[in-house]
Amino acid sequence: MPQQEIEVILARHLSEYLVMPIFIVNPAGDLVFYNEPAETILGQSYSETGLMPASEWSTVFNPVDSQGRPIPPEELPLVIALQERHPAHKIIWIHGLDGVAREIGVTAFPLIGQAERFLGAIAIFWEISTK
Amino acid sequence: MKVSFWGTRGSLAAPSPETVRYGGNTSCVSVEGSDKTVLVLDAGTGIRSLGWVLPIDLKQIHILLTHLHMDHIQGLPFFAPLRRQGVEIHIWGPASTTLSLSSRLQKYLSPPLFPVSVRELAATLHFHELPDQLHVMEIGEFKVNAQLIIHPNPTIGYRIECEHAAVTYLPDHEPALGARDFPRETEWTSGFALAEGSDLLIHDAQYTEEEYPDRVGFGHSTVRQAFLFAQLAKVKHFVPFHYDPTHSDAELDRMFAEAMSEIKPSYAMTPSREGLSLEVVC
Repeated sequence: MPQQEIEVILARHLSEYLVMPIFIVNPAGDLVFYNEPAETILGQSYSETGLMPASEWSTVFNPVDSQGRPIPPEELPLVIALQERHPAHKIIWIHGLDGVAREIGVTAFPLIGQAERFLGAIAIFWEISTK
Repeated sequence: MKVSFWGTRGSLAAPSPETVRYGGNTSCVSVEGSDKTVLVLDAGTGIRSLGWVLPIDLKQIHILLTHLHMDHIQGLPFFAPLRRQGVEIHIWGPASTTLSLSSRLQKYLSPPLFPVSVRELAATLHFHELPDQLHVMEIGEFKVNAQLIIHPNPTIGYRIECEHAAVTYLPDHEPALGARDFPRETEWTSGFALAEGSDLLIHDAQYTEEEYPDRVGFGHSTVRQAFLFAQLAKVKHFVPFHYDPTHSDAELDRMFAEAMSEIKPSYAMTPSREGLSLEVVC
């Protein structure tokens, strides 16, 4: 694999020290890194999966709204941050691979480096409640 | 290409009987090609001596700044070609997120820090901001790859290539910062893309292992980390550089001997010192 951009390397280093689940995706939407807290959402560790294509990680959990209606991909904060290149926030419900339903706040923002280089996006997950 | 060392010290010039062998001037390295292209890597206090020996009829010089910390720009106004009319000097280096390269340099080249401003220099200056979107530029006979590396404030590392060889210059670099393990996978190691397979790697070797815990985040490597980085990048020849001003010649000898003994590198190792010239076959 080619070396990641320096801003992405630093983002990974920071995420490894934080307790909030964090996803880092590249401009193509592929998941290039997720930290240990995010493993409870994906049910797999980064050391097992490595890079995960968007088509794969987006189907691992089925996000729904508070009424149980599926949320289309284009309304997910991470997709908005990637495609529209602005921050986005949404409350969603997901079922982790452990079977627990979680109400989660998702904050996503585009990663734009020196010289306006678009490097992908970061999503931070905040657990609000469980059922 | 001929790679010459004019200043090897980091942070602060350190002239002293105890540093006379490796040198007391701060960072400056020149790279000369066969067609007389001259690249100057950083403008620490060592650049003053370089300015004296460059041919008086040299009309174009490229200064590649890694970043704008004082030990990398302090010698700039003392570089003799800047005071010559008809000389074209191209300065390459990082802008900040809000200020241009020129504006950032003028903070130093203006009162009260310095009495002469950029406008008063006789040479014609051209500023080029890095990184650009492409990372790679052609300068004379060289192809130069410029990428951000881990060091406080935007900092550029350079890989200079001629037809069959590459020299990489990472004088201020802390690839181990924040990494849970070091060295880790190449994909997640700062500077790897620049250094990979280099014929010559000039790399930060500022601290001992004992000093590092109190200096994490200062943007520098231990000698041991630098040796391991060179190994990860599979370089052919490693040149430690950017010595801490508190390290005497005797201390540096001991640090290099310890690292050689522990790591037993597969590459050649030559500590940088003022006056050293290395030939890299293109």
